[in-house]
Amino acid sequence: MRAINIKPDMTWRIALGCLPFAALLLAYLIFSDARLAANPNDKLLPGFKSMGDALEQYALSPDARTGVYLLWSDTAASLVRLLTALAISTAIALAAGIVIGLLPIAGATLGPVVAVASMVPPLALLPILFIIMGLGEASKITLIVIGTALKLVRDLTLRVQEIPREQIIKAQTLGASTWQIALRVVVPQMLPRLIDAVRLEIGPAWLFLIAAEAIAADAGLGYRIFLVRRYLSMDVIIPYVVWITILAFVMDLALRLLQSKAFPWFAAARSA
Amino acid sequence: MTEITFDKVWKEYGDTVVLERINLEIASRSFVALVGPSGCGKTTFLRMLLGDEVPTSGRILLDGVPLKAEPDSDRGVVFQRYSVFPHLTVLGNVLLGREFEQSRLLGRLTSKKHRDASDEARALLDEVGLSGHENKYPAELSGGMQQRLALAQAVMRKPKILLLDEPFGALDPGIRADIHVLIRRIWNASNLTIVMVTHDLSEAFRLASRVIAFERPRNRPEELERYGATLSTDLEQDGTREPSLQGATITRDIEVWPRRIAGAPAPGAGKPAA
Repeated sequence: MRAINIKPDMTWRIALGCLPFAALLLAYLIFSDARLAANPNDKLLPGFKSMGDALEQYALSPDARTGVYLLWSDTAASLVRLLTALAISTAIALAAGIVIGLLPIAGATLGPVVAVASMVPPLALLPILFIIMGLGEASKITLIVIGTALKLVRDLTLRVQEIPREQIIKAQTLGASTWQIALRVVVPQMLPRLIDAVRLEIGPAWLFLIAAEAIAADAGLGYRIFLVRRYLSMDVIIPYVVWITILAFVMDLALRLLQSKAFPWFAAARSA
Repeated sequence: MTEITFDKVWKEYGDTVVLERINLEIASRSFVALVGPSGCGKTTFLRMLLGDEVPTSGRILLDGVPLKAEPDSDRGVVFQRYSVFPHLTVLGNVLLGREFEQSRLLGRLTSKKHRDASDEARALLDEVGLSGHENKYPAELSGGMQQRLALAQAVMRKPKILLLDEPFGALDPGIRADIHVLIRRIWNASNLTIVMVTHDLSEAFRLASRVIAFERPRNRPEELERYGATLSTDLEQDGTREPSLQGATITRDIEVWPRRIAGAPAPGAGKPAA
């Protein structure tokens, strides 16, 4: 049988999917054991025992100095920044993308400036933001918004322009005004597509968040891993990175579920 | 009454003349079929009537008044594809026209108005054979059912003119025959003038009260080689512009006989046309 025709069933799918994770874990264990056998105080590849201890200290016991549970307070600080920024970006994208995509006048006015502005490397703006807005929450959130909103706007503009011309004409023959077309024809069809676009921007959003926190913050997941880096505390850094990955993955999963539950028509319409 | 007049209409894109010397009167309640080979401008003609395209010169009049330069609710349309909204249920698609009409701000109806419009929409869906499918999305319907839905959606808004752009072109022959019956019934029952573009001559003659053929002279360089250089079209001068001999124009205008009149009994039959 040809390789392209061999399709794994559900059990095999799960087993095959788990395989690379197991392999990575095993490889880590082997190298970690080897290093720890040579030097019990090795900090680079800590064993699961010491990572577990570190996790217990950060997640389950209050910090000696401040009395807060560091993992949770870091998580809360980071998520507030990230989710606020993504909410702002999404709102901007929905409004601007539809206006630019639907109205030729707005497209002519704002299209070029969005195209140029989206090419500015956001991290290069970080010093400017820190200077103008200070080191507080506003500059971090603004960085994430700048880094994600413009791409979302461009993506949504393209999606609006992909709506078949026939639909827009049909709506006009049903007596719709521009506003009604936007409200009843364009927005409902854009929401599930916006979810797709936001899912793709979750990664960049975390990147900008951690970059901003690494430079100036007093709490946050990015702040913590850059703080403990000074002590080579891999036993803290690795669990934090895994935790960040889990958070990002859950956000992605949640958006995917939201899309299929809230827009049942979308899967079929997309493939049609 | 809805009389459509094309007065010396030309349509050009850059240097290319697509349609020229179009002079035409379409009587109220006619069912006009536009036929012709592909690329002869029949869809351009329909789009001008729709208001999606503007004639380069000449005028299109609706009851003596120049046509609005954008689509409006006087002119309903069914395209070959993409005529219904994928994010709305069958019922939602039919309701949409009424919602646009009665709720300028939100485009949504509530309570009593919604109930009334829903009842009307359900009756219409029953008429086009879609009762029982009210809560499905268009992607769950077959091609023929989607076109029935598109017809119901257009008729719900009660346009004066219904424009059909090869609406049955993608359908299987059996399904096509069923939907032909439906479109005849709609034409007889509602106060509509229908203009339909089709490339299927037999469909044109089966349905229409008048068949108009568009043809383009075969005088492009590559075509001269293939067909020979003689031009056989009878040119009708309208006195204002020299024919360009490049764009398509009306070459045949046939009143279908025996005469078909909307709402009148079918010729030779004792009961109204089905």
